[in-house]
Amino acid sequence: MAGVRALGVLSRFTSRRYALYSARTHVNYEVKGDVAVVRINDPNSKVNTLSVQMQKEMAEVMDEVWANNAVQSAVLISSKPGCFIAGADINMIQGCNNAEEVTTLSKEGQKMFERIEKSPKPIVAAINGSCLGGGLEVGLPNAFDMMLTGRNIRADKAKKMGLVHQLVDPLGPGLKSPEERTMDYLEEVAIEYARGIVSKKIPIHKVKGSMESKLLLNYVMSFGLVRNQIYNTVQSKVMKQSKGLYPAPLKIIECVKAGVEQGPVAGYLAESQNFGQLAKTSESAALIGLYQGQVACKKNRFGTPQREVKTLAILGAGLMGAGIAQVTVDKGVHTVLKDTTVSGLARGEQQVYKGLNDKTKKKNITSFQRDSILSNLTGQLDYSNFAKADMVIEAVFEDINIKHAVLKEVEAVVSPHCIFATNTSALPIKDIAAASKRPDKVIGMHYFSPVDKMQLLEIITTDKTSKDTTASAVAVGLKQGKVIIVVRDGPGFYTTRCLAPMLAEAVRVLQEGVDPKKLDALTTSFGFPVGAATLADEVGIDVAAHVAEDLGKAFGSRFGGGNVEVLKTMVDLGFKGRKSGKGCYIYQPGLKTKEVNPDIVDIGQSSDQDSPCYRLVSRFVNEAVLCLQEGILINPLEGDIGAVFGLGFPPCLGGPFRFVDSFGADKLVEKMRQYEAVYGNQFTPCQLLLDHAKDSTKRFHM
Amino acid sequence: MASMLLNTMRAGSVSPSWAVRLGARSLSTTAQLHAQVQTKSKKTLSRPGVKNIVLVEGVRTPFLLSGTTGLLQRTGLSKDAVDYIIYGTVIQEVKTSNVAREASLGAGFSDKIPSHTVTMACISSNVAMTSAVGLIAAGQCDSVVAGGVEFMSDVPIRHSRKMRKTMLSLNKAKTLGQRLSLIGSIRMAHLSPELPAVAEFSTAESMGHSADRLAAAFGVSRVEQDEFALRSHTLAKSAQDAGLLKDVISFKVPGRDIVSKDNGIRPSSMEQMGRLKAAFIKPHGTVTAANSSFLTDGASAVLVMSEEKALAMGYKPKAYLRDFVYVSQDPKDQLLLGPTYGTPKVLERAGLAMSDIDVFEFHEAFAGQIMANLKAMDSDWFGQTYLGRKSKVGAPPMEKFNLWGGSLSLGHPFGATGCRLVTTVAHRLQKEGGQYGLVAACAAGGQGHAMVIEAYPQ
Repeated sequence: MAGVRALGVLSRFTSRRYALYSARTHVNYEVKGDVAVVRINDPNSKVNTLSVQMQKEMAEVMDEVWANNAVQSAVLISSKPGCFIAGADINMIQGCNNAEEVTTLSKEGQKMFERIEKSPKPIVAAINGSCLGGGLEVGLPNAFDMMLTGRNIRADKAKKMGLVHQLVDPLGPGLKSPEERTMDYLEEVAIEYARGIVSKKIPIHKVKGSMESKLLLNYVMSFGLVRNQIYNTVQSKVMKQSKGLYPAPLKIIECVKAGVEQGPVAGYLAESQNFGQLAKTSESAALIGLYQGQVACKKNRFGTPQREVKTLAILGAGLMGAGIAQVTVDKGVHTVLKDTTVSGLARGEQQVYKGLNDKTKKKNITSFQRDSILSNLTGQLDYSNFAKADMVIEAVFEDINIKHAVLKEVEAVVSPHCIFATNTSALPIKDIAAASKRPDKVIGMHYFSPVDKMQLLEIITTDKTSKDTTASAVAVGLKQGKVIIVVRDGPGFYTTRCLAPMLAEAVRVLQEGVDPKKLDALTTSFGFPVGAATLADEVGIDVAAHVAEDLGKAFGSRFGGGNVEVLKTMVDLGFKGRKSGKGCYIYQPGLKTKEVNPDIVDIGQSSDQDSPCYRLVSRFVNEAVLCLQEGILINPLEGDIGAVFGLGFPPCLGGPFRFVDSFGADKLVEKMRQYEAVYGNQFTPCQLLLDHAKDSTKRFHM
Repeated sequence: MASMLLNTMRAGSVSPSWAVRLGARSLSTTAQLHAQVQTKSKKTLSRPGVKNIVLVEGVRTPFLLSGTTGLLQRTGLSKDAVDYIIYGTVIQEVKTSNVAREASLGAGFSDKIPSHTVTMACISSNVAMTSAVGLIAAGQCDSVVAGGVEFMSDVPIRHSRKMRKTMLSLNKAKTLGQRLSLIGSIRMAHLSPELPAVAEFSTAESMGHSADRLAAAFGVSRVEQDEFALRSHTLAKSAQDAGLLKDVISFKVPGRDIVSKDNGIRPSSMEQMGRLKAAFIKPHGTVTAANSSFLTDGASAVLVMSEEKALAMGYKPKAYLRDFVYVSQDPKDQLLLGPTYGTPKVLERAGLAMSDIDVFEFHEAFAGQIMANLKAMDSDWFGQTYLGRKSKVGAPPMEKFNLWGGSLSLGHPFGATGCRLVTTVAHRLQKEGGQYGLVAACAAGGQGHAMVIEAYPQ
């Protein structure tokens, strides 16, 4: 309660301060004829959020609007082009000390929505741009599906779903800037619409679909049995998708159930109480942490680079190279894709085309936009356009000699300002840069496969990499829509280094006789979106073998576990993972289900069935903490973001560092000591972890 | 169309005695010609080293809402005085993709006269004319027939892509079994035809929709649009009644009566127009059927010559075709702003000010589009932000603007409107005694055109 009171005091303080100029800061209104135009504008933020202040002012404004006899209707509009209400204020929820406080906040919010819903005068919400979460509640009752997954919906789809009643097209330049004029126009149209409702020219609720089907639906829903069946179906679907690791979707079903079965009062009560509980779960803290980390990793802390990258050349049109091209070419950057063979180039260009064509099929872009985007892509076999390139990203085979050869070739043809970025998952950047005439322009850009789906970009700087080079690489990555962590150079950098011991442990588990399906099931139920065996296939068994060998050399027995020879044998047998059609599983094009590779079962002998998850996770986490200890990582936040967005570390745990905080470093160390006794030094906790275990007040995240 | 080509020639032909007199005058040097022109109050736009190119005559069929299909009927007259024929069209009939050639042959022109077809949406016949100007200026030709033609009532309708694919495969199928299986694959969905729409390929937005957004962007109200449309119809009606639309030639529609009037001119009342619902952006849009130009069949043609040649052949030219420009901009948000971009540019080229222009003829695609252009030209902010100027262009005065109606009232056969605009300027300059006229038009694809026309000394 203290938190709310504190906020209340603060708001009273501010309102008194502003009383001289204007009583309200977040919500204001103006009466235009018989319509009140209520404007929402958070003066301290780029987006409007449902804060305590806003709710309070909204209530005041609504009271005044209702009390004003000259006003027949109201229009609710944001003064920010591109954002109506982005949802609840996360800081506000975080600021609460316990579940009761959040429940109180939630009740206040419900009251506001209820007031709007029960308004005696018609209210038209004029929405331009994002309208998420609580912002959407201003509209109609939500569809089941949407509440559960929180998808973003385009305006035209929202109309089809019946969420909005009328669409207004954005305008181009006129006598004002397009954004300004569009907002004015939206307001004009909304005012007319509001007047239309008052004069009964516009019916308030358009019934979608035939009345018969509506009636039928209501009739069917009146049977408790049918309703229960629906709840159960939804519940089992949620369980299947979330593995029961995320409490929120289940609580939502509970609230809906309460609302339908016991009436709206009980529903609202259940909603606010559950919301309060959920807000203070460790999952909530983990996801909020990830959200904040993601926001932080979407900023360029190295400043604006001296030159904007307008032409980007990519060496190697393989999965990676073409993937990088795909996320670059549609951002207005001229992209040059070079390969050594016609067939390789054709495959790469086809991949880029397919990516864009899929977007066309989903109607995200038109076929014209697709073609116009593709016109920015140049495919070639030689270095002819490289003189114009501002940055070259190489994605050739992971072999230091090949990397050195292309680096020299590139440096011979590019202009002096051109940056050379190398996309490698394990080779130390300083070793690659050793062949460079200008190591200050060399940087590592580690993309994750598939590039168009994986959000993370790991940027690796050496001691010689200049700040401007880093700034430029981050700027390119941000343009490509990536979440970026910047780490120091070292074998395996951060992500590969954490992944390698975990995969080594996974191989050992397989060798112990756990079959891949079982391992996948165990790891996914722990919260990994992709099971460990599938992950090994996705990464590529050959890559894993390569990395295991390289990092094994660099770090010694700590990286042991599964026998590297096992991986090598698999590679020799052609089991390279998904790309070769066989790995831990057998992959067939067109088939979504995959069978366990029968030959792989032979590699292991039977053993105990104790859950191996903590073995995998503890090695992962220990290595992550060691990266922070050694200064590879700048802060725990980037470590968490890298692990979740790049390696699929369970999001509900919030990343390795948050996991240590919530699980308890002492408990983790205890577990590791047990494993150490059985398996050896791979489980020896690092010093920083030991420090945290000794002192429970030490935390990675405050 | 063929009959019109002939009319062009007929209108230009003069009595032998005239021919002798004018022929004699044609012997005089260009310098003398210039001197003669300069006696007028305003300076001429003629420049040393640049050929004077004249509009000899311009004609058109009445723009009809529907019904004409037989414009290409044959006539027996053969002419060889023309060096070249250029026609503009928008929606092409697959069978006559070079419609200019078919039309000239059909009209009985000598088969030795080459002809080609150009297309640039609503300014296609402008392109035909300026191509003619280019050919003459380059010394390649001396006399060119330029025109435009459109058959909106007989646009080609395609089978759906699926059906086309099946039919093409059917052509290649070797065995009866293959054929039968292909035929068996035809579903109801295959049979729905693809209608050509007046929509931008690049944005998939229909032109009316874009015009509505443009009007909204410039804050053009529904009333303003209806008023302008009413003005267009009223002016067209009085021009028609006063017999000013001299470029219209009677045309016999096969199986029907002779048509000698534009049949789309319908002055109505503000009340009547106000009752119409929005046609594109529903329900809050402002563009309606009444304040949009309507698509019609129609054809137009002009005879363009070098001044020497025209005089040598005994013609009395109507006007000089002077500077022209083509402009293009964003096809989404500035689709129909061509006149705003083209007007200042062509005036600058010609060294004229807005106030020098006596006659304005703008293509009226939509009342909202015209009003938006006028507002854009009158806005300092728009001039500075989008035209890179220090201040606004300035809107043309309404007392000089489209005084004989426009596309809103006369109709808009895509490819044929350009020649009508130029011919109308020439006729209005003669009638009103002005010296300079300005034609401006917008076109699909975000393109635009403007041309300065100078009166021929009478």
